[in-house]
Amino acid sequence: MSPVLGKPVNRVDGPDKVTGTGRYTGDIVLPGLAHAMIVRSAVANGRVLSIDTSLAEAAGGVLGIMTHENTPKVAAQPKLVPSLAGQPAPGESFFPMQDDQVHYWGQPVAVVVAETLEDAAYAAALLDVTYEPGVPVATIEDGRNAAYEAKMIFGGLMPARDERGDVDSALADAEVKLDLTYHYAANHHNPIEPAVTTAQWDGDRLTLYDSTMGVRATQLTVAQLLGMPLSDVRVITHFVGGAFGSKAMVWPHVTLAAMAARFVGRPVRLALTRAQSFTSMGLREEQEQRMRVAARRDGQVTGIKHEKLSVTSPFDDWAEPATGSSSQVYGPENYLGTHHLIRGNTMTPTFTRAPGESFGSFTLECTMDALAYELGMDPVELRIMNHPPVDPHGNAWSSDGLADCLRSGADRFGWAERDMTPGTRRDGNWLIGTGVAAAGYPVAFFMPVQHARARIFHDGSVIIQTSTQEFGTGVATAMSQVAADGLGVDMDVVRFELGDTDLPNTTSAVGSMGATMVSSAVHNAATTLRNDLIALAVNDDASPLHGLSPSSVRVGDGRMTSTLDPSISESYADALQRNRLLDMEALGSWTPPPFDTPHGLLTFGAQFAEVAVDKDLGLVRVRRMLGVFAPGRVLNPKLARSQLMGGMLWGMQQAIHEGNRIDRQSGRWALNSLGEYLVAVHADVPEIEADFVEVEDDVVGPLGVKGVGEVGQVGAAAAVANAVFHATGHRFTELPLTPELVMSGLPG
Amino acid sequence: MRPVSFFRASSIDDAVAAVSGHPDSAFLAGGTTEIDLLRLGVVQPSLLVDVNDLPLTYLEDTDDGGVRIGAMARMTDVARAPRIVERYPGMSQALLLGASEQLRNMASMGGNMCQRTRCSYFRDPTSACNKREPGSGCAALTGVNRGHAILGTSEQCIATHPSDVAVALVALDAVVRTIGPDGTRSVPVEDFFLRPEDTPNVEHPLAHGELIVAIDVPDLPLARTSRYVKHRDRASYEFALVSVFSAMRVDDAGNVAELRLALGGVGTVPWRAHRAEQSLIGRPATPENFAAAADAELADARTTPMNEFKVAFAKRAIVRELSEVTS
Repeated sequence: MSPVLGKPVNRVDGPDKVTGTGRYTGDIVLPGLAHAMIVRSAVANGRVLSIDTSLAEAAGGVLGIMTHENTPKVAAQPKLVPSLAGQPAPGESFFPMQDDQVHYWGQPVAVVVAETLEDAAYAAALLDVTYEPGVPVATIEDGRNAAYEAKMIFGGLMPARDERGDVDSALADAEVKLDLTYHYAANHHNPIEPAVTTAQWDGDRLTLYDSTMGVRATQLTVAQLLGMPLSDVRVITHFVGGAFGSKAMVWPHVTLAAMAARFVGRPVRLALTRAQSFTSMGLREEQEQRMRVAARRDGQVTGIKHEKLSVTSPFDDWAEPATGSSSQVYGPENYLGTHHLIRGNTMTPTFTRAPGESFGSFTLECTMDALAYELGMDPVELRIMNHPPVDPHGNAWSSDGLADCLRSGADRFGWAERDMTPGTRRDGNWLIGTGVAAAGYPVAFFMPVQHARARIFHDGSVIIQTSTQEFGTGVATAMSQVAADGLGVDMDVVRFELGDTDLPNTTSAVGSMGATMVSSAVHNAATTLRNDLIALAVNDDASPLHGLSPSSVRVGDGRMTSTLDPSISESYADALQRNRLLDMEALGSWTPPPFDTPHGLLTFGAQFAEVAVDKDLGLVRVRRMLGVFAPGRVLNPKLARSQLMGGMLWGMQQAIHEGNRIDRQSGRWALNSLGEYLVAVHADVPEIEADFVEVEDDVVGPLGVKGVGEVGQVGAAAAVANAVFHATGHRFTELPLTPELVMSGLPG
Repeated sequence: MRPVSFFRASSIDDAVAAVSGHPDSAFLAGGTTEIDLLRLGVVQPSLLVDVNDLPLTYLEDTDDGGVRIGAMARMTDVARAPRIVERYPGMSQALLLGASEQLRNMASMGGNMCQRTRCSYFRDPTSACNKREPGSGCAALTGVNRGHAILGTSEQCIATHPSDVAVALVALDAVVRTIGPDGTRSVPVEDFFLRPEDTPNVEHPLAHGELIVAIDVPDLPLARTSRYVKHRDRASYEFALVSVFSAMRVDDAGNVAELRLALGGVGTVPWRAHRAEQSLIGRPATPENFAAAADAELADARTTPMNEFKVAFAKRAIVRELSEVTS
C-alpha cells in the first residue's frame, strides 16, 4: 500500500476555500444573469384567491412574475424516492404553483424575476396575495386522533413495521419492565450556505448550477418534471457550503429556477433566503417515541417495543425510520417497531443528519441507561452484554467493534472512577454528571452501479473524474489519496474532478455512503488503469519490463518496478511516450452488494459526555465529549475526525439547543433565523475528541470503508442526556433539554 | 429595488434638520439592527440620514464626577474604556455580553438605546403586530412566546426589550441627552423607555427628528462593585433569558445599605427592580429577604404557558446574584 492512504493529509481544496477563490454556486455569474425570488404562502392551509401583481410589475427591473396561473404544468410528477437509489428524487411528491391550493406555510405561490436580487426582493414584497385560509394541522397535538399506522416509509423503500417474536408476551412476563415516552422538537438543517440554483437554457438544453449533494438526482428529477431527455440536462456543482441532508433531495426551487429562466429567456439565479430555508428544504419532523423494554434481572433484554408518531405532509408517507437501532444493536428476541403518521400542513420532512437513528437511538440509549439504573448495572457493561455477534436475521456483522469502542472509550474517559449514584458531583453552582451511549448507523446498499474514470497523461499527471459532490466532507482530498494509492503515483500529480453530470456516475453522497461508494469506484478505476499500464510495459519489446509477469511488477512514485530486481524499472510517462500515447484512461465500476446481502450492516461507535447542570437555573453546559468509532478503513483520519467531531457537536446541540416550534394558529415555523433557531456557537464547544478502533470489513467495498458522515451524531445527544440524569437524578424525555425543562426537575 | 434616499450628515444640525424636515425618514447609526429590519421590510423609511460622521464618539468625565458617553461611541470602545471598567464594571460587562465582537465594533450607544425587539412576530411582516402595524393585533400573545416579557406587558404587546447595556443604565439612573428641532432635552433613562400599554409602536418620548447625542451616567461609588450576569440557552451570542445588574452595599450590621437592581430579558423595557430595592434597603442581607424581594418584584408578572418559567428563573437568578455579592 502506498503510504498516502490513511494519512492525515490536508485538504487539497483548503486554500481555495479559505482564500475565497473556491467558487460556490452563488458565486457563478453568467452573462445576462437575472435573479428570482420566491414568494411564499402566508397561510398553511387553504387556497389562493387572488394575486395582484400590478404594484410589483410597476416596480423597477421586473422581468416576469410566475404564479399558478401562468406557470407551465410539469410533465410528470415523480414520486419521492431517496436520492441514493439513483432515481428521480423530489423532496416531496408535489410541485407548487400548479393550482391554487396551499398545503403548507411557505409553499411557493409566485416567483418574481428581476434584473437584480434587490429588485426581485422588493417586487416580491409588493405582491398582494389573498387567501381563503383553512385551519392548519400543524403539530402532533393537532392531529393525534387522526394518526394511522404507515405501511411503507422512506419513500416506499422500507416497511414501516419490523416485528419478530412476541413482544407483548415478553413484556407481560418480564422480570423488569420500562415504559418511557419521548417528545422531540423538529430540527432544521441550517447549512451555512442556503440553497441556490442558477439555470441557463441553450435552445432545448439546460445547464443547472445547483447547490446539491447529488448532481445526478437533480438531473434525473428536473428532466422528468420538465419532460426532457437526460442528455439535455447538465448539472454542475463545484463547492457546496454544507447540506446535512437538506440538499439530498431535489426541492421545487431547483425546477422553478429552470422554469423562470425559460420564462424570461435569460439565465436566472434563484437563491433561497435564510428564512426561506426553513420552509423550502424539508426538516426533521416533530416526533413522539414510546419505548417499552422487557428484561431479566441479570440484564438480558428480552423484548423491545418501539413506537414512533410523527407529522408528515399531505403528499408522502415520510417518517425518519426510527427503529433500526432498537431492532439491531441489542437484537432482542422479541421486537416490534412501528411508525404512525399524521397528515399535516407541512412540507414533506426529509433526511437530516443521521436520519432516523438520531432520535431513534436517543430513545433506545436513554432507555438502556434507565434500565442500567433500574438494575444497578454499569451502563457500559449492560450494553456490551446485550450486543449480539449477529444481526436479527442471524447474519454476522460485516464488521463490528462496538464492544471495543465502549471499552476503549470507557478507559480513556475515566469511566471506572465514576460513582454511578446520580447527583453526587458538584462544582460550585454546577451539578456534574457523565453519560454514555452506543451508536449504530446503517450501511445501505440501494445505490446503482458506481463509475469513475482515471486518466494519465504522458507527462505522468493524472485526472480522476466522477460526478460526486464536495459539500464539506473532504471527498476531493480522500479520493486523491485513493487514486494515488491505486495507481501508484504521488498525490500531488493527481487532480480530482467532480460535481458534473457529464462525468461518470456516482450517486448522491447521502446516507453516509459517499466515501464507501466513491472510493470503491475510484479505486477500481485507478487499479484498472495501473493494470493496463503494466500490461503495456510487459508486452512492449522496448520496455525494460518486457516479458515480466504483471504480478511481478509493483508500482509507486509513478514508476513500474520489477519485484524481482528493483533496478528494472520505468516510469509511466516513459512507457506512454515511447508508445506515442498522449494519454491512457480506464473506467472503474463498482457494483454494490445486493440490498439484502447476508451480513449485519451497521457502523458502530460509543459516545461519552460530561455535563454541568446549573443547580437552580437548569442550564446545561457540556464540558467534555469523547467518541470512539469503528468505521472500517479510514482513508484520511484528519478528515474523518473532523466529520465525526462535527457530528458529535451536532448531537450536543440537538440535546441542549436545537428545536423549532410551530405557531399553532398560523402553522408557521416560529424560529426562522440563526438568531432564534439555536445552534451551538464556539463558546459552547467542549473539550472534544474522536478516535477509532480498527475493524476490517471485506463486504462494504474493495477498500473496506464505512462512512463517518452520520455515526458521529448518533448517540451523542443520548450521552449528554444520560449525563444530565447522572448530574441531577432526573430523567428528562424531551429534546431539547431547555432550562425550563431541566429546572422542572430541580429542587431550586 | 425599493428606493431609499441616503444622506450623510456632517453636523448635528444638518442631521436634525434632514430628519425633521422629512416625515418618512430615520437616523442611521451603526445599523446593526436597522439594516436587518429594512431588509425584512419591517421598517421602510424613504430617507436615511447617516449620523456616523458626527463628532459624537467621545467619552468624557462630567463636572459632577460622572461620565458622558457620546451617542456614536461604539459599544466595544465604551466596554473597554478604563473609566467605565473601573467605575461601572457592571456596565462594561453588560456591553461585552451583548451581541458579538463584530457587532459591538459597529453598534453605537445611541443606536443601542433605540434597539428594537427581537419578537419574531414583529420581525415577520406577515404576522399581526401592534408594534409594527398599530391595530393589527398581537400574534405573540397566543403564539410562540417563550422569550417574551412577563413584566410591563399589555394586551397589545408582550415584546421583550433586548438590550443589555440599557439594563445597566436604568440601574445607574443615566440620562439621555437629545437635540431636536425644538432644542436640547435631558430625559431620565427610565422615562426614555415607554411600556407598550395601548401604543406599543411608540417606544420612546422622542419627537421626529430628535437625535440622541449623549448618555450621562452619574457618579455612583456603589457602581464600582456592580456586576452584570446574563443567563441564556447557549454560552454566547444570544439574547438573555434573564439577566441581572446589581450593585449592593451591606453595612457592618449586615443590613442592605445601598442597592441598585435591574433585570433584562423579562420586561417590555429594561427593568429597574424598584420594588425589590425598596423591600431590601435597611433590612438584613439574607437569602430569605432576597427571595422575598424577588417575589415582590415579580408579583405582577403576567405569563403565558411558554414563558411562565421566567418567574422562577428570575427569582433564582436574583437570589443567587445578591447572595454572591454578599459573600
